[in-house]
Amino acid sequence: MIRVYTSSVIEASADTVWSRVRDFNGLPQWHPGIADSRIENSEPSDKIGCVRHFHTRDGGMIRERLLALSDYDYSCTYAILESPMGVDDYVATLKLTPITDGARTFAEWSAEFECAEGRERELTEHIGAGVFQGGFDALKRHFGRR
Amino acid sequence: MLQKVVRSTVIDAPIERVWAILRDFNSHDRWHDVVAESRIEGEEAPTQVGCIRSFTLKDGNRIREQLLTLSDSEHRSTYCIVEASVPLQRYVATVTLKTVTDGDRTFWHWESTFATPPGRERELREMVARDVYEAGFENLRRHLGGAADGRPRRDTVGTGAPIAARQIQLQRYGGPDQLEVGSGEALAPAAGEVRIRQRAIGVNYLDIYLRRGWIPPMLPVSAETPGVLGMEAAGSVIDAGTGAGALLPGDRVAYLGPRPGAYCSVRTVPAEWVVRLPAAIEDDTAAALLLKGITADYLLRDLGRVGPGTRLLVHAAAGGVGLLLCSWARRLGATVVGTVSSEAKARVAREHGCGQVIVTADYRFADAVQRLVGGADVIVDGLGDAARDENFAALARRGHWISLGQASGPLQPISPDWLVQKSATFSRPVVFDFVSTPALLAERAERVWSALAAGVIALPPIERYALDAAGQAHARLESRQSIGPLILVA
Repeated sequence: MIRVYTSSVIEASADTVWSRVRDFNGLPQWHPGIADSRIENSEPSDKIGCVRHFHTRDGGMIRERLLALSDYDYSCTYAILESPMGVDDYVATLKLTPITDGARTFAEWSAEFECAEGRERELTEHIGAGVFQGGFDALKRHFGRR
Repeated sequence: MLQKVVRSTVIDAPIERVWAILRDFNSHDRWHDVVAESRIEGEEAPTQVGCIRSFTLKDGNRIREQLLTLSDSEHRSTYCIVEASVPLQRYVATVTLKTVTDGDRTFWHWESTFATPPGRERELREMVARDVYEAGFENLRRHLGGAADGRPRRDTVGTGAPIAARQIQLQRYGGPDQLEVGSGEALAPAAGEVRIRQRAIGVNYLDIYLRRGWIPPMLPVSAETPGVLGMEAAGSVIDAGTGAGALLPGDRVAYLGPRPGAYCSVRTVPAEWVVRLPAAIEDDTAAALLLKGITADYLLRDLGRVGPGTRLLVHAAAGGVGLLLCSWARRLGATVVGTVSSEAKARVAREHGCGQVIVTADYRFADAVQRLVGGADVIVDGLGDAARDENFAALARRGHWISLGQASGPLQPISPDWLVQKSATFSRPVVFDFVSTPALLAERAERVWSALAAGVIALPPIERYALDAAGQAHARLESRQSIGPLILVA
């Protein structure tokens, strides 16, 4: 099992950041790597079990199922059903925690998955530094000050 | 109804650094302003789950708290109040650290639940949140060496550029006169490295073997690319690469590593070689004792298993390692016999716990050892080939002959058929294999500093030479006139 962990500090309250990232169908609105997104079968995007169907900017198609969503814990867990990355049993969690010292947010994005031998480093780098940190960088730019 | 308090912050230091302080259940009197005194009851270790710490606060209140869980993998500690002169009831608190990978910082979450007497909920919630948790955040930042804005000094000195360094260089193997003053540079630390401004450098017999050209693979030299000797030094961190764990600019440190190069003023080394120094340990002491003290530690604990009644023979008993072995083994209950080359050295060895001293200038000691103690259970031998037969003759049955050095020349091969005559054990250890992980290095170094602080080992006399006079230091060590460890001062 490969584990990727990326964390950052966003200069806005957890409520504010959560309202930007909560929508399971909202990646294109805040993540620069995502081109479009829809929820399959016209289900609500906060219904556990719904599937988002989206494309990355480089054209890759990804389907992911929402496994858990908590407005109380500011956390969202999902699994990849289909993707061009070559990962199996991929489950990821995006979680926010308020930093009481200033209106800031501690943001964590982690994933566990299996992959072909020899691709661990490349995938860890792509997911951790590319997808996750790329998303955090966009949030940091959006909420400014840092 | 239970009250809940949650406070969190971000500390601009790597998680290893913050955790090193917070995992110590007995550390608060060193960094938290409200705590005047802290001690662990019953002599238990502060990492012992279930241990109880007893706080005396600056305001006179007393609190006893018990450690409920401690996790080095999750960086989490949970504890509860068992008795307090403040009215916090059923108080259970958890400290959790998480890495902020974006910037190598630390997220610190501190929360608790507790009950209070009726009507005092708000007052006590604020007291815990403000006076304990928020003040603790600020106090720890300051403890880590923070500037006025509360952020520890990071990358304020490091320029990213190479720094010029004075070096003692070796272009040709040979005598002490081959050591020449030259200049080189210390590159900016890469990931996992630190750059150190060195103030004291330890001189070891290994340096002499390398200078003589006895171990060329460890130190190739040529006129184009001179070699630099030295396995250990002490000083302070100039700058640290990413992933250099708990080390920050300004930290006082010492290191010990398997690649030579310490005879210089500034050096960049892997962070895993480095230990932070307690305030009580001076640079000179660290450079004089790190390698030698850790050598004594593994010789006595791991290889020699020295305890009450062990008959230990220490050669060069007034040397850097010898004096440490004498005083430490004596405290472990061993009978210590030493050999030295002069009366002056015999006196110093005796002062350091060597019960029986044999003065010999020609490697004759076996008869005396047999007569005095009936043979040695453990021999620490730095003499080498000239004393080969004498050492075997001095060994008791089932004895352990540990060949640490070869001052008189490399040992001729030792045959198993020879060892069987006494059911003897022969070992040829190298210190670096006994500090193969940072945790092991830190543990052994800590044991040396503790032994020194407790008076279990006495600080030997240190002979100091300027870095530029490294050749003189070598000549002195080879002359067999020196007593105690030698260091170079940069």
